[in-house]
Amino acid sequence: MKVDILNNVFIKECRLLLELSVPASFKSALPGQFIHVRVEDSYDPILRRPFSIHDVCESRKKNMLTLRVLYEVVGKGTQLLSQKKPLSGLDCLGPLGHGFDMDKIAQAKKVYLVAGGMGVAPLFFLAKKLTENRTPGTGNPGPIVLIGVKTKNDILREKEFKDLGCEVHVATEDGSKGFKGRVTDLLKSLLPSALSNICACGPKPMLAALSVIAHKYNVPAQISLEEFMGCGLGACLGCVIRTTSGYKRICHDGPVFDSSEIIWKE
Amino acid sequence: MTMKPNLKVNIGSLKLKNPVMVASGTFGYGNEFKDYVDPSKLGAIITKTITRHRREGNRPPRLAETAAGMLNSIGLQNNGLDDFIKNKLKDYKGLKTKLIVSVGGETNDEYVEIVKTLSSYEEVSAFELNISCPNIEYKDKIIAQDSGLTLRLVKDVRRATPLPLIVKLSPNVCDITRIARAAQEGGADAISLINTILGMAIDVDKRKPVLGNITGGLSGPAIKPIALRMVWQVHNIVSLPVIGMGGIMNARDAVEFIIAGASAVAIGTANFVNPGASLEVLEGISSYLADKNFKDVNELIGSLNVN
Repeated sequence: MKVDILNNVFIKECRLLLELSVPASFKSALPGQFIHVRVEDSYDPILRRPFSIHDVCESRKKNMLTLRVLYEVVGKGTQLLSQKKPLSGLDCLGPLGHGFDMDKIAQAKKVYLVAGGMGVAPLFFLAKKLTENRTPGTGNPGPIVLIGVKTKNDILREKEFKDLGCEVHVATEDGSKGFKGRVTDLLKSLLPSALSNICACGPKPMLAALSVIAHKYNVPAQISLEEFMGCGLGACLGCVIRTTSGYKRICHDGPVFDSSEIIWKE
Repeated sequence: MTMKPNLKVNIGSLKLKNPVMVASGTFGYGNEFKDYVDPSKLGAIITKTITRHRREGNRPPRLAETAAGMLNSIGLQNNGLDDFIKNKLKDYKGLKTKLIVSVGGETNDEYVEIVKTLSSYEEVSAFELNISCPNIEYKDKIIAQDSGLTLRLVKDVRRATPLPLIVKLSPNVCDITRIARAAQEGGADAISLINTILGMAIDVDKRKPVLGNITGGLSGPAIKPIALRMVWQVHNIVSLPVIGMGGIMNARDAVEFIIAGASAVAIGTANFVNPGASLEVLEGISSYLADKNFKDVNELIGSLNVN
């Protein structure tokens, strides 16, 4: 499907916010789902690039929605994508994959959204859905967002999370802002907490550490994994992760998994 | 008014409504692409390779992107024959296209058992023997790299089924025609080629292989010239129909293979880039034939003019 680029702007160093005009069918997109983007019509790079959905919001255009993608230039594909100009078309598949299980989260008294670096991308969409669905006066305080980065200049979307009404905590490895240390240590300092629930996205080592903590404190955790993908549709078995029931496809069985089913050691 | 060109082709006794298939391992079991491709429009679907027993597959990472291509080392992950019969086969009822089951194994007996068992299911139209997957070892050898082993295996499987038998060859050999001849002598009905070309990629920052399996199979447009050359060579040597594959991204690529001697083509890596690629190739072949005033795709097969 070809969609129009509305905007594609650098927001901080090599991170960009991409806005796409997508059909109304994206209304059903769930936090944790992704779009699979072909950045060039040529064959180098040949494969699509998966990007988690950062936000879906109303559009002034009839029967259309605006989909946002938050991404970082890390290689050839994202480099080419960063050069795309508004009004040009982009070949996208989606929404794809299985997102966060909202019903599981709904039962929790306290929800921690734990982001490592670019991991804020899908968690913002999740925070938005969680705050949208909140019924006032039920005592539900809304999600608590933990953002972990190397240094304070890497912090993304802090204000946007606060605007949703989320309580935001920041951890920097160099101590330039907030808690000094890793976001998983920050999380540990907030646990144990009865009837809580964790949703996380970030680099694999962070998610592995988080899984250990979730297990220790007996808190259910859903984690969103990132991986280089082939088809994105579950056919090629290229993007797998080892789980307690064998290799599972990140694109189709995930990208969101229960942390307890992942076997981190290869 | 111009007539629509005939697209029907025969692969031995296997009659296809058109010459476009999807290659093994690139289309799952068909269901995965349901939002993008109506399988009833395709000439055939070739399944992901089935083995006798469940195979977990190789450790990740399993994919690496290369210039105009990709490496994969999936390692024939599949749930085995029994699961295929129990959980997958019923999905093919009323598919309205031909189902070709790709079969892999570590011993001849495994191939024979799978083929014998599946021959009694009406959903199955033909078999493609995957003797060329570079990830699987057969007594430290790859069957497809040894004409003697190829001959023995094809003979054994031939006795096990009346259904059309397609043998898929590996390009990782010195002389592809020797292996093709062995497959013909063993009683194959058709030859598929090529499977992926063995390759590797290195992460220079970590000084580690990109793939968990170290090496993997290269596919995509990068390998098309090699595939085309091999299809042409084999078409000239054996009398069997050839199914051409290897880096076909669009209709013009497919037409090249048909001109080189392929009676049908299979779309592989292109399915990942564009899930609707197979149907676009089919339409493109049809328009090519109409433009060039061919009434029948069969007139185009092996029509290369080398003079």
